[in-house]
Amino acid sequence: MTVDITLIVLMAVFFAAGIYLLLERSLTRVLLGLILLGNGANILLLSMSGGGGKSPLYVSGTPAEDYTDSLPQALILTAIVITFAVTAFMLGIIYRSWVLGRQDDVQDDPEDRRVADQPSYDYEDDADIAADTTEFSDDGSAPEPAGTSASGGDRADRPEDTP
Amino acid sequence: MIAADLAPLAVVLPFLGAAVTFLLLRHSRAQRAVSITTLSITLLIEVVMLLAAPSAGTHAVRLGGWAPPFGIVLVVDQFSALMLVVSSAVSLAVLIYAAGQGMADGDEDGPVSIFHPTYLILVAGVSNAFLTGDLFNLYVGFEILLTASYVLMTLGGTAPRIRAGVTYVVVSVVSSMLFLIAIAMIYGATGTVNMADLAVKLESVDPATQLVLHLMLLVAFGIKAAVFPLSFWLPDSYPTAPAPVTAVFAGLLTKVGVYAMVRVETLLFPGDRINTLLMVVALLTMIVGILGALAQSDLKRLLSFTLVSHIGYMVFGLAISTRIGLGAAVYYVAHHITVQTSLFLVTGLIERRGGTANMDRLGGLAKLSPLLGILFFLPAMNLAGIPPFSGFLGKLGLIQAGVELGTPLAYVLVAGGVLTSLLTLLVMARVWNRAFWRSPADAEDPDPILLASKADGSSVGTSRHVTGEETGKFAGKDPVTLLPGTMTGPTIGLVALGLALTLLAGPLFTLSDDAAQEMLDRTPYIEAVLGVGADG
Repeated sequence: MTVDITLIVLMAVFFAAGIYLLLERSLTRVLLGLILLGNGANILLLSMSGGGGKSPLYVSGTPAEDYTDSLPQALILTAIVITFAVTAFMLGIIYRSWVLGRQDDVQDDPEDRRVADQPSYDYEDDADIAADTTEFSDDGSAPEPAGTSASGGDRADRPEDTP
Repeated sequence: MIAADLAPLAVVLPFLGAAVTFLLLRHSRAQRAVSITTLSITLLIEVVMLLAAPSAGTHAVRLGGWAPPFGIVLVVDQFSALMLVVSSAVSLAVLIYAAGQGMADGDEDGPVSIFHPTYLILVAGVSNAFLTGDLFNLYVGFEILLTASYVLMTLGGTAPRIRAGVTYVVVSVVSSMLFLIAIAMIYGATGTVNMADLAVKLESVDPATQLVLHLMLLVAFGIKAAVFPLSFWLPDSYPTAPAPVTAVFAGLLTKVGVYAMVRVETLLFPGDRINTLLMVVALLTMIVGILGALAQSDLKRLLSFTLVSHIGYMVFGLAISTRIGLGAAVYYVAHHITVQTSLFLVTGLIERRGGTANMDRLGGLAKLSPLLGILFFLPAMNLAGIPPFSGFLGKLGLIQAGVELGTPLAYVLVAGGVLTSLLTLLVMARVWNRAFWRSPADAEDPDPILLASKADGSSVGTSRHVTGEETGKFAGKDPVTLLPGTMTGPTIGLVALGLALTLLAGPLFTLSDDAAQEMLDRTPYIEAVLGVGADG
């Protein structure tokens, strides 16, 4: 199989530029990176149909091996349509992001930050457990409400459930 | 004419349904009726196909009458038939749940009218990916379901969903690009994209080239399946979507990736060349995922992490790649789709009933709604792998396969699997203790909904730190049915399906075992597509 070196070099440039842009924080650049990546992949597909100069259409008398392979072109067409749809959708999202927050950057996940910032001490898991955890006592005295026995001072203001 | 010839309907019917629901944009009741009917018929056809699959063997349907390897074929074998039935049953339940949610909240019009067409397109894409016997058609199937999922993920276009949607779309597009590049390289190496044809021709390709193609495909599918180093995007993006959408994503989308990985490993690149790598990846996925779940307090995020963790079990079975290991993995996929989806649906109900999905702010739900307690408890124990449930049976099969293999790494993997199961139990116990068992008043800053209904509203005043906007989405919308039957019904159905996997475990394990044997043999698949005597 012969391969066109110009196409390969072009593909490499597309991939390099695409990956560089993809690593940016600005959404528009990320989108441009995706478009370049998609075009690079399409060129790769195209170069898989062999070298140039072969017959694309039926010419009577041409031997079968002198025709260019048309399947990669069909694959590219499908891939182009898909990339087009995704690009349009991405533009929609970027515009929406701009309308909502006047920003074009990839945002951090707030819940991620919250989980990362939370202390390792957890009230529910790590608080001392009272020696007697049962709510049913034999001596007839009122059982200690669950929770208060283990609670710290900050929870003393909790209203009682008992009427 | 045999049952498997109906296979194209599994893809075409949802597409037709999507077209009809698009025309009915302004009539939400008709939309619901059409989409539910479509999915029910699809499910029925797929059940017929599954019942016929063991006797009919692998069957290929040639689309448009083109002879393979030139035309596209749809291949029905026991694995794909099982996946189709489970995925359609789950998506039907989620659809009824979503329709029920719409009816309960009374949003007769609004942007959600796009939900039904998009949802049906998603189902069509999933079915296509399960059925196709053509690598490029698999790419198209992935793109159909991904594009539909982009729309569902950003439904409503609120700021958090847009933020999550950006991550999701970019990561998915990159994985699709990798897949496309891999297809181009495979075509360059072999000159075909038909999977059966590839199975024959790839054997004569140089082993080093084979390894490159193999790894390219695995990375592309690994991103979609959320296997450990490539799973970073999932807990970031899934939790913000609407509850039914998250549920169907969690159940189906990652499993399509796992399904594609299974096909790559068994059909295209058989042999144990990278099984060691897969075992390490499986171990890391299980352990890292479940440790992530331990740190979360938001239920949806917590479940997203358990989802990642349990993908590890499927990769575990795939990496063992013996008949018993692969069979257990097939059973585990069916089990996990059902259980994970029902847990997400229950979380949606919890969010409705308690006003939030953050378990620090929940409490006393077992007393407020015992039904909710049962609905959460059964799938949670099922996921953790407590004996009578299907999760236990699947894990047992995997552990058996690991012990049978007997290498040191396999034993490490078995130990990791048991540890992950225990940690899952711990995670579920934490949720249970907080959201269900403690007194609502012990919750940090509980939503008024949680306290209001305790004693006909008399204790509303006991809630602390409540500001106006924290009354949840139901503020000013009175009266609201908190747990409508249209939402609990499908959830009960799915939980029951999860239990049925235990009751039907005998025939199901036979089926998945046969499916595994079929895939390991490879010849039934190749002969069904290319004709007898084509391999070799």
